[in-house]
Amino acid sequence: MTELFFGFLRVGCFAFGGAYGAIPLIRDVVLSYGWLTEEALVDMIAVSESTPGPIMVNLATYVGAVKGGLPGALLATLAVILPSLLIILLVATALRRAIRNPQVQAALRGLKPCVIGLIIATGAALAVKQVLPEGSFDWKLLLLTAGLGALTLGWKKLRKSNMPPILLILIAAGIGILL
Amino acid sequence: MERRTKLKSLGELFLTFAKIGLFTFGGGYAMISLIEDTCVTRKKWITQEEMTDMTVVAESTPGPIAINMATYTGWRRAGIPGALAATLGVALPSFLIIFFLSALLKQWLEIPWVARAFTGIRAAVAVLILSAGIRMAKKLPRKPLPLGIMAASLVILLTASLAGFHVSSLLLMAAAGLLGLCLYNLRDRRKEAGGK
Repeated sequence: MTELFFGFLRVGCFAFGGAYGAIPLIRDVVLSYGWLTEEALVDMIAVSESTPGPIMVNLATYVGAVKGGLPGALLATLAVILPSLLIILLVATALRRAIRNPQVQAALRGLKPCVIGLIIATGAALAVKQVLPEGSFDWKLLLLTAGLGALTLGWKKLRKSNMPPILLILIAAGIGILL
Repeated sequence: MERRTKLKSLGELFLTFAKIGLFTFGGGYAMISLIEDTCVTRKKWITQEEMTDMTVVAESTPGPIAINMATYTGWRRAGIPGALAATLGVALPSFLIIFFLSALLKQWLEIPWVARAFTGIRAAVAVLILSAGIRMAKKLPRKPLPLGIMAASLVILLTASLAGFHVSSLLLMAAAGLLGLCLYNLRDRRKEAGGK
């Protein structure tokens, strides 16, 4: 239980760049404590994308509920929210100028590309692991992944907006049932 | 009387943000436009300028963006109790939904066709994460330092997770932050010296 709290406190303290920035960190914490398998975590990311609310809160609630029921869910959710709450209150009341401080901005400018690199690496690692499970090669999943990628790109080109995640998930679920 | 209006405004904050939490799919960025519509345009709780300012702050501080925005708006409206009411409001719907789903998901996954659907869904999640990363990468300045930091962290984490050894993301982030602090500061100082 204390592990749950501190694990997600760490996520809440260091998750820069919104939900996708948090995914590498959550994966780090969840896999290193052995709370969930990578597969279960990916399922949960899909559920978090398809249900309303902040994705980080959804993931914390889920991992907490699986590991420790209602108290676990409450603790993990609280832990992931608490740092933001405190930091924003501090910024709002006392540190209005700190955020514009050149030192802070310099550090953030270094941090941002790193977070982006971590996000891309996480996505790529997941894709590769699904296509190459345990030394075999799943060509159907390769086709599916490539097809979904092409669909996302095409949507962006034609509709000039990002494809809604929930639509992509529904299409993938439909194809998955047929495979 | 004063106490009653205060309680009423806390209740309104809580309910407004609960509604925002309940109706936004796709996480923080989707929420920003809804918060803007509700809190700036309709209820006039914060100004447009504050909203823009706050988006920058929410992006420069860790944590869920929606939580950051709710905390700030709540604080502006009714101090610390307001911040708590708005933050609880935005988190509560997802907490309840996910808590109930968590009990069901495991059983659903034992149904063969649901399990097959999730095989497809996992591919979609990989694509979603990849495309979010690429979208963010496109907005980076095309200069050696940011691109180098991005490429290095990408290669290190990808190699590590495919080869099956553990690299702490936090460590990589700390290194990148430190690098940014040193190099960007050095450059700014040199620029200042050159300017004189």
